Amino acid sequence: MAKAFQKIYTQITSITKATCSLKADGVGNDELATVNGKLAQVVKIIGNNVTLQVYEGTEGIPTNAEVVFLGKAPSLKVSDQLAGRFFNAYGNPIDGGPEIEGKEVEIGGPSVNPVRRKQPSELIATGIAGIDLNNTLVSGQKIPFFADPDQPYNQVMANVALRAEADKIILGAMGMTNDDYLYFKNVFQNAGVLDRIVSFVNTTENPPVERLLIPDMALTAAEYFAVEKHEKVLVLLTDMTLYADALAIVSNRMDQIPSKDSMPGSLYSDLAKIYEKAVQFPEEAGGGSITIIAVTTLSGGDITHAIPDNTGYITEGQLYLRRDSDIGKVIVDPFRSLSRLKQLVAGKKTREDHPQVMNAAVRLYADAANAKTKLENGFDLTDYDNRCLAFAKDYSEKILAIDVNINTTQMLDIAWQLFAKHFKPEEVNIKQALVDTYWHNN
Amino acid sequence: MTTGKVKGVISNLVMVGVDGPVSQNEICYITLGEKRLMAEVIKIVGDVYVQVFESTRGLKVGNTVEFTGHMLEVTLGPGLLSRNYDGLQNDLDKLHGVFLQRGEYNYPLDEERLWHFKPLAKTGDKVEAAAWLGEVDENHQPHKIMVPFVMDGVYTIKSLAKEGDYKIHDTIAVLTDADGQDHDVTMVQKWPVKKAITAYKEKPRPFKLLETGVRTIDTANPLCEGGTGFIPGPFGTGKTVLQHAISKQAEADIVIIAACGERANEVVETFTEFPELEDPHTGRKLMERTIIIANTSNMPVASREASVYTSMTIAEYYRSMGLRVLLMADSTSRWAQALREMSNRLEELPGQDAFPMDLSAIIGAFYARAGYVYLNNGATGSVTFLGTVSPAGGNLKEPVTEGTKKVARCFYALEQARADRKRYPAVNPIDSYSKYIEYPEFEQYIAKRINPEWTAKVNDMKTLLQRGKEIQEQINILGDDGVPVDYHVTFWKSEVIDFVILQQDAFDKIDAVCPLERQQYMLDLVMDICRRNYDFDQFVDVSEYFKRVINVCKQMNYSEFQSADFDKYKALLDELLTKNQKAS
Repeated sequence: MAKAFQKIYTQITSITKATCSLKADGVGNDELATVNGKLAQVVKIIGNNVTLQVYEGTEGIPTNAEVVFLGKAPSLKVSDQLAGRFFNAYGNPIDGGPEIEGKEVEIGGPSVNPVRRKQPSELIATGIAGIDLNNTLVSGQKIPFFADPDQPYNQVMANVALRAEADKIILGAMGMTNDDYLYFKNVFQNAGVLDRIVSFVNTTENPPVERLLIPDMALTAAEYFAVEKHEKVLVLLTDMTLYADALAIVSNRMDQIPSKDSMPGSLYSDLAKIYEKAVQFPEEAGGGSITIIAVTTLSGGDITHAIPDNTGYITEGQLYLRRDSDIGKVIVDPFRSLSRLKQLVAGKKTREDHPQVMNAAVRLYADAANAKTKLENGFDLTDYDNRCLAFAKDYSEKILAIDVNINTTQMLDIAWQLFAKHFKPEEVNIKQALVDTYWHNN
Repeated sequence: MTTGKVKGVISNLVMVGVDGPVSQNEICYITLGEKRLMAEVIKIVGDVYVQVFESTRGLKVGNTVEFTGHMLEVTLGPGLLSRNYDGLQNDLDKLHGVFLQRGEYNYPLDEERLWHFKPLAKTGDKVEAAAWLGEVDENHQPHKIMVPFVMDGVYTIKSLAKEGDYKIHDTIAVLTDADGQDHDVTMVQKWPVKKAITAYKEKPRPFKLLETGVRTIDTANPLCEGGTGFIPGPFGTGKTVLQHAISKQAEADIVIIAACGERANEVVETFTEFPELEDPHTGRKLMERTIIIANTSNMPVASREASVYTSMTIAEYYRSMGLRVLLMADSTSRWAQALREMSNRLEELPGQDAFPMDLSAIIGAFYARAGYVYLNNGATGSVTFLGTVSPAGGNLKEPVTEGTKKVARCFYALEQARADRKRYPAVNPIDSYSKYIEYPEFEQYIAKRINPEWTAKVNDMKTLLQRGKEIQEQINILGDDGVPVDYHVTFWKSEVIDFVILQQDAFDKIDAVCPLERQQYMLDLVMDICRRNYDFDQFVDVSEYFKRVINVCKQMNYSEFQSADFDKYKALLDELLTKNQKAS
C-alpha cells in the first residue's frame, strides 16, 4: 500500500490498548495511517510526538511496527454503485462483490448551514399507528427507539424500513450480533428491495473501536444520495449505545477526565454531529432529505443514563416499545413516546381532526391506566373507569398493535368509532366543530 | 503584530509558540493552506493555548498563526435586525453553498445600504459614551447612533452630519476630546463580547410586567421587564415550544434568540415562521424585530460559547437606545458543556460532573448583564433574559441548574409528569416561582395596570392549587369514597384552574396568545366558579359536573375573545353554574 515517496516510521515509543505514539514530522490532525497494515488515525500531536488511535486495537503491534501516514482523513468512495452493497466500517465491501468506483469523499464532513435547510414537512408513513397516529414521523427528522436489549427493536426497524417510502435506506450497524445482521440481510433480500439499500456493518465479532466510523460512513453515503441525487434517504443506526461505549473506551485510553456515567465530556457534541446530519433540503437544493431512525438500548429502562439522556436532548423525540399485557402484543408506548415534529404534518398533511383525536385518545388511555391502578389498589371502579378500560383494550388491539398496518385516515376513523362506542362527546373533550363532523352515532 | 507557529494539536485545542506579546482571550488566525481558521487564546503557559472555532482536520505542526491584538468583538450598527448570524456574528445568509465551509467569515452588516439619519444632538454639545447623536429608522425601530462605548471621558461635538442618507461607514460626527484631539464617529462601532456595556446611570430592581401572553407566566408567575428567568426541564417537556411562544408574543421591541447548541430544525422553524407571523403588538412581521444567533449543536463547540456573549452584547447595544429587548437562550446547558469540553482538554481539575470549578460564577456574571436601566439621558431600556436549562437526566440537582437558580429571579419548572399527561405548558404551578411578585414596586405597578385585588386573587388561586394537590394525594391513599364529597369539589375546582388557566394550547391560533385583558377576565371567571358552593350527593357527580364546566371553559379559550361564540359558551356556563348552586 505504501507509495514510493512515503516515509516509513519504525520506532513506536508507547503503546496502550487503543493507541500508539511515535515521533514523526509533517503530520496533519485527523490524518489516517497504517500501523503494520492496521488502520489508525491521528488524534493528538505535540511537537513531533504523534498519537494514533488504532481502530482494530493494538494487540500484537511491536515497537518496530511499520507506520505509514496516508495524508488524508478517513474517506468513502461514493457513486450509484453503493446501492445494494454491504460494507465494513472502512467502507470496504464484505459481500464478495467488486470495489466501488467513484468520487472519494472525506467522512464526517461539514455541517449544513442552518439557513440552507428547509423545515421538514413531508410525512413518512409507516403503517404503525403508534408512530403514524400518535408520533408522526417527518422527513428530515431524527428519532431513536429507546429499547431494552430484549425488545424486538431491530425487527420493528426492519419493518419501518420496508414500509416507509424512501428512495434509499442506509443501514449503519454497530456491534450488531451476526444473527441480527443476517436477519436484516434476509428481510431486505426477501422483500426484493436490496437495490435501494446500502449497509455498513460492524458486528460483535469486529473490534469495538471500528464502530466509531460506522455512522460517518453511513451518513456520507446518505449525503451523496440526498445532495447529489436529490433522493429521500432513510438512515437506520443500531445500536448507538454501543457507539457511545466505544467513544468512552477511546477517551479513557487518552486519559480524558470522564463526566457523567464514565462518558466523555464531549458526548453531547459527538452525538449531535451524527444526528444533526438529518436534514430536509429545499427545492432549490434538489429537495432531497436524510431521516435518521436510531436505536439506543437502555440498561434497565434507565433514561437518565448519559447516553439516552444526551440523545433525548438532540433527537426530535423518542419512541418506546412496550408489551401490552391486555392484548399480548408489542405496541409503541403512547405515553412516553414523542415525535417533536408531528405538528408539522399532523392535521396538515393528514386529516384536520388528527391532532385532537390523537390527544383525546391518549388522554382516555391515561384515564384507563389510572383506573387500572385503582383496581390494583382494591378500590371500586366507576362506570367511567370501566368504560375507559374497555376503550383502552380496543384501542390497543385495533390501532396500536404493531402488526396492524393501516393508513392514518383509517386510524382516525377507527378512533372516532371507539370514542362513540365508549363515551359521550363531552367526555372526549374535542373541539365542537370536529365532533359535529366526525362523531358516529352508531 | 505578534505571529507564531503551531506546536501541537489535540482536537480543537492548539498549542502555539509565539514571537511577541499575546494577551488572554486575544483572537488569532491559523493559516491552513488557503484557509484562515479563527481561534481564541484561552491559556498561556510558556506556549499559548488557543481554542479553534472550526474543525482542525489537517492542521500540522509548523502552520503559521497571526494574532490580531483584540478580543472577540461584535460589530454594532444599523442593519442587525432580521439577520441570522452564527455565534461569531457571520451572516449565515451570505455564506456560500449548502454546507458551512470552515474559514469562511463575512462582514455582519450591509456596507452599501443607505440609512436616513436624523441628528438628535447639536454642535457644541458635551457628550459621553453611549450618548445619542442621532437616529436612523431600522425596521420601524428608532436605531440610535451613539458615541462609541469605548470612548472614555467627555467630548465636545465639533460637527454633526445633517439629516440625510448615509452609509454605515460614513463619518456622521467629529468629536473633540479634552486634549483637543478630534475623533471621527461613524454609524458602526465594535465591542468585546465578554465585557458588559455599562454606559447607563442606574439599574433599579425590575418592576414592570413583561406581558408574554402565556397564562401560566403572566397570571401565575410574572416575568418583569429587565428581569431574568430560567426554564429547566427534562427533554420532551416542551421547553422550546414554551420559549418560542414567549418570543412570538412578548411585549418587547427587539427579540434576540440565541439558539445555543440545540437542534437545527428548531432554528429552521424560527427562520420559516417568523418572516410570516405577525407581531401581536404592532401587526408587522415578527422577523422585523428579531435577530437570530444560531449556533446549533453540530456547529463548532467553541463558537457555541461565544454565541451567548454575542447575543448579550447585541441586546445591551439595543438597550442603550432606550428599547425593550428580550433575549432568549436555548439552552444554557449546552454553553456550560462547551466550557466543560474545553476545561477537560486543558486538563484543569474538574468540579462536579466534570464542569469547570468557576461555572456558577460564569453563569452569575452572565445573568447579571440583564436588567432594566435608566440611561444617562433619563430614558429607560431593558434586557430581559430567559434561558433554558437542560438538566442531565432531568435531575435539578446538577451544577448548571443550581448555578442558575442562585441568580435567576423567575423559575419555571417543567415537569415530566405533567408532560406525560399532556398538560401543556408543563410548568409545575406549585414548584415554580417569580420573586418579582414579592417586590413592593411590582405590586404597586400591577395594582395600577390591572387592579388592586389582582395579587390577592392570584394568591387564592395558588392556595387552591396547593389544596387540590393535597386532596389528590389523600384520594390516592384513601380512595374516592374515603374522603368527603366536599373534598372532591375542592379537588375539581383546582382542576378547573389547571385546565382553564394553566393549560394553554400553543398550537391553537386563538388560545396560543392570551392578552392580559383576557387573562384578567378568565381569572375572574374561574375564581368566581371556585368561590361558589355546590351541592352534590355523591362524588361521581362531582367529576362529571366539573368536566362539563371545564369543557365549556375550554371552548371559550378556543373562541375569539368576546365574539358571538365566546358569549354563547359563557351563557352555557352560566346556565351550568346555576344548576348545582347550593342555596345559601
